[in-house]
Amino acid sequence: MTIVNFTPWAGLIGGLLIGASASLLLWLNGRIAGISGIVAGATVEPGGDRAWRWLFLAGLLGGAALAFWLVPGSLAFQSDMPWPVFLVAGLIVGFGTRLGSGCTSGHGVCGLARLSPRSLASVATFMATGILTVFVIRHLLGVGA
Amino acid sequence: MKKNIAALIAGLLFGLGLAISQMTNPAKVLNFLDITGTWDPTLAFVMGGAVLVTLISFRFILKQDRPLFEGQFHLPTRSDIDSRLLGGAALFGIGWGLAGYCPGPGVAALAMGLWEPALFVVGLLVGMWGFRRLPA
Repeated sequence: MTIVNFTPWAGLIGGLLIGASASLLLWLNGRIAGISGIVAGATVEPGGDRAWRWLFLAGLLGGAALAFWLVPGSLAFQSDMPWPVFLVAGLIVGFGTRLGSGCTSGHGVCGLARLSPRSLASVATFMATGILTVFVIRHLLGVGA
Repeated sequence: MKKNIAALIAGLLFGLGLAISQMTNPAKVLNFLDITGTWDPTLAFVMGGAVLVTLISFRFILKQDRPLFEGQFHLPTRSDIDSRLLGGAALFGIGWGLAGYCPGPGVAALAMGLWEPALFVVGLLVGMWGFRRLPA
């Protein structure tokens, strides 16, 4: 194992901002900042209040655009994967996060803070299969990195 | 109105955080998951920083009777660990490890104007729609 491109300060600052975002949404609106749930609620889920979800997503894009513009080095995209992989990955993530009721934000950032046993189980599981998938692709199949 | 503005500001902070920490770059995420190869521990600091804040703030927030702009908290109530939860998480991890995007960074990376995040989000929506079509 070799450690590469480690940026702990940018990571920590980004993490604190994400934590602040999730705190704000719970404190003001009583909502969990789970991105997969917000995306589904804004699009495919029937009923419910869509306006705040679309505004949250607009903010998500706007905030990222602002950082790409203002913070040197943040606008970086590196991938060895051909474009169809992104489509397939999106399909699996979309289906999986609905089946499993959440992703890195809802189960990770918010669920762990609530000490939810479901979220802890979810995070342990998706970390494990994520690590395993990268191991298979990079070290068994020899694709990328 | 107030709760919509709150959601917009929360989204802005979330997007800023994801982009500043470069979680919008698939290589950063895949290198985090590549613990036997070219490991990049940054994601642990992102997650750690976020959970550090929420772990403390949620204690205080959830002591309130209700949120500031809504009548009640909207919280998940289940506590059982079933096969849907684990199967869904397992699938999600596979997709995450394939492209290096989870939903938040995938959506935030749309701001780059590249094809890959756009295709990821199209897949994300189709996958979510497909799940809705399944009989419960």
